[in-house]
Amino acid sequence: MQSLIFIVQQTIYFSIPLLIVALGAMFAERSGIINIAMEGIMIMGAFTGILFLNLTGNTMSGQLQLMIAIVISVVTGMVFSLFHAYASINMKADQTISGTALNMFAPAFAIFVARVIQGVQQVQFTNTFRLDVPVLKDIPVIGPMFFQGAYITTYLGVAILVVSTIVLYRTRFGLRLRSCGENPHAADAAGINVYKMQYAGTLISGALGGLGGLVFVVPTSVNFNADVAGYGFLAIAVLIFGQWHPIKILGASFFFGVMKAISASYSGIPFLAGVGIPSYFYKMFPYIVTLIVLIFTSKNSQAPKAEGKPFDKGQR
Amino acid sequence: MGNTKSSKPKKSNIGFLSSVFAIIIGLLVGLVILFICNPAQALPGFLTILTGSFTHGARGVGQIFYYATPIILTGLSVGFAFKTGLFNIGAPGQYMVGSLGAVAIGILGEGLGPIHWVVALAGGMAMGAVWGAVPGILKAYFNVNEVIASIMMNYIGMYLSNWVVKSTPALFNTLRNESKNVAVTANLPKAGFDKIFEGSSLNAGFIVAILAVIIIWVLLYKTKFGYELQACGFNRFASKYAGINEKKNIMMAMVIAGAISGLAGAIVMLAGSGAHITVKDAIAQEGFTGIAVALLGLSHPVGVFLAGIFIAYLTAGGFYLQLFQFSTEIIDIIVAVIIYFSAFALFVKIMIDKFSKKKEMKEPGESSASEKGGER
Repeated sequence: MQSLIFIVQQTIYFSIPLLIVALGAMFAERSGIINIAMEGIMIMGAFTGILFLNLTGNTMSGQLQLMIAIVISVVTGMVFSLFHAYASINMKADQTISGTALNMFAPAFAIFVARVIQGVQQVQFTNTFRLDVPVLKDIPVIGPMFFQGAYITTYLGVAILVVSTIVLYRTRFGLRLRSCGENPHAADAAGINVYKMQYAGTLISGALGGLGGLVFVVPTSVNFNADVAGYGFLAIAVLIFGQWHPIKILGASFFFGVMKAISASYSGIPFLAGVGIPSYFYKMFPYIVTLIVLIFTSKNSQAPKAEGKPFDKGQR
Repeated sequence: MGNTKSSKPKKSNIGFLSSVFAIIIGLLVGLVILFICNPAQALPGFLTILTGSFTHGARGVGQIFYYATPIILTGLSVGFAFKTGLFNIGAPGQYMVGSLGAVAIGILGEGLGPIHWVVALAGGMAMGAVWGAVPGILKAYFNVNEVIASIMMNYIGMYLSNWVVKSTPALFNTLRNESKNVAVTANLPKAGFDKIFEGSSLNAGFIVAILAVIIIWVLLYKTKFGYELQACGFNRFASKYAGINEKKNIMMAMVIAGAISGLAGAIVMLAGSGAHITVKDAIAQEGFTGIAVALLGLSHPVGVFLAGIFIAYLTAGGFYLQLFQFSTEIIDIIVAVIIYFSAFALFVKIMIDKFSKKKEMKEPGESSASEKGGER
C-alpha cells in the first residue's frame, strides 16, 4: 500500500508539469504556431521562479512564496515566448529555427546569470511548500495519495486542464483560435485578426511553459541546474500522443508520468524490482511507444492543418 | 535590362548577407550582456572572444580545427537533410549512437590491427545511419513528422547508449562513470597535424570531415541522385509525379544524414584526446550545435564548413573568457542569438529590396542632371 501511494505521488509529480506544458503547446499549435521552444521556455520559467525562491529564502510563508514564484515564472515564460511570436508571426521566420534558437539560449542564459549573481550555476531552494488539505486528507487511500504532503501546483494543473478545455471548445476565443490553426485565410476573411490570435496562442504557451518549468522542478529537486530533463520535448510528444485534444493530453501525460515514476523509483518497490527489468527500459519505453503510436495515428492525424506555415495576409 | 538584373542581389547573396547580419547582431548582444555584467571587463573580455584562439599560435589554430571537426559533420548532416526538405533534429541521437558504435568496436575489436580505426569509424557511421533510417522510414511510409520521430530517437539513443555502456563491464569504467579508453589501434592517426599544429589535438578526423564535405557537395550538385533528393525536398508529390521514387529518396536522405552525424560521434570518441561516453541523462550538445552550424552555413556544404570553423573559433576564444570571470556560456548565448536572427532571412531580403529600390529610384534622378542643376 505504502509503495502504491508512493508511485501515485511520483506519477503526479511527473505528470502534472507534462500536462501543463503540453496544454500550453496545444494552444500555440491550435493557433497555427509550432512552438518547439517549450524546453527553453520551461528552463527560463523555472530559472526565474526558483531564483526568486532562492533569494527570498524563509522571509515569508511557503504557500505565499510559491504563489509569487508561480506568477514570476508565468510572466517570464510569456516574455520569452514573445521572441518566438515576433519571429514566427511578424518576421514569418521558420518556426523550428526560432524555436531551436530559444532552446539553445535558455540554458546558457540561466547558467550565465546564475554564475553572475551567486557564483555557481546551481540555484538552491528550500522546499516548504507541502500542504495537507483539511478534511480530505483523512479519507482512506485517496487522502494520502492526493491530499497529504501535496503541492498546490497539482490542483493548479487540474484547474488549468478544466479551464483549457472550456476555453478551447466553449468560448468564442477558442473557436477563433482553432480556426486560425485550421484555415487562417478563411478566419481572416471572417474578420478575425489572425496575427492577434497567433500572438495569444503563443503567449499562452509561454505562460504555461514557464509555469510548467517551475512545477516540474519544485517537487522533484532541491536545486535548479539550468535543466528540465527534456520535459519540454517530452511535452510536445505528449501533445501529439494526445492528438491536440485536452482530455487525451491528460491521458498521454498520465501514461508518460507512470513510466517516469516507475523508472525513477522501481528499485524501491519489491514487486517491480523482482521482475528484473532494468530502469533504462522504463526510461526508453515511453519514447518507443510514442513512435509506435505515431505510426498508427499519423494517417488520420488531428494536427491543425495550417500549423507551422507563416500566415501571409496577401497570399492566396 | 542587363543593368537591373545585376543591381538586384542574387539569392545566395541574400543568404550570405543575412548570415553576416545575424553574426553582427549576435556579437553585439554578447557585448551588451558582458557590459551589463561587468562594464570594466566587458571590452577586454569581448576582444578575447575574437582573438583568444589566436594567442596560442599554431596550437590554437589546430584546436579550432579540432573543435570544428564534429560540428562541421553534424552541421553537414542537418544541412544535407535541409536540402532534401527534412529537419534532422535527430543529429544528437545519431551522434550518440555513433559514439557508442565507435567505442564498442574501439574497445572490443582489438585484433583488427591497422584497420581498427577504420572499422570503428564505419561502425559509428552504421549506427548513425540506422538511427537516421527510423525517422526516414516513418516519414516515407507512414507520413510521421520527422521532427517528432527524431526527438524520440534522440532520447532512445541516449538511454540505449548509457544502458549498453553501463551494463557491459568491458566498456564501463566504474570509477569515472564513463566508457573506458579505446584501444591504441583504434585512435585516429595524427596525419602530420601533430607537427604542423604542435600541441593541438588535431587528427585525421579533420581530413575525414573535409572529405565528407566534398562528397556531399558532389552528391547534391553533380549527381542524378542528389538532384532527385533535392527535388523531393522542394515538392514530394511533384517528384513522385515526375517518376522519382520519393519514398526511397526520403529514407536515403535520412540514412545519409544519420551516417554523417554518427561519423561525427565516432571521430570525437576515437580522437585519443580524452573523450568518453559519460553515463548521464543529457543529450549530446554537438548535435544541437550542428543545427546552428547548418543554419548559419545556409545548408550548403561549403557554407557549413565555414560556419563550423567560425563557431569553433568563437568557442575556442570563449575558453579564455574565464580569465575575466565570465562564464563560457556567453558563447552559447551569442550562437543562439545568431541562429535566432538568421531565421530573419526574409526580413533581410525585404531590407535589401528596399535599399536597392531606393538606389534604382535615385539613379534615374541623378542621370537627368538638368533637373538637379536647375535646383542648384
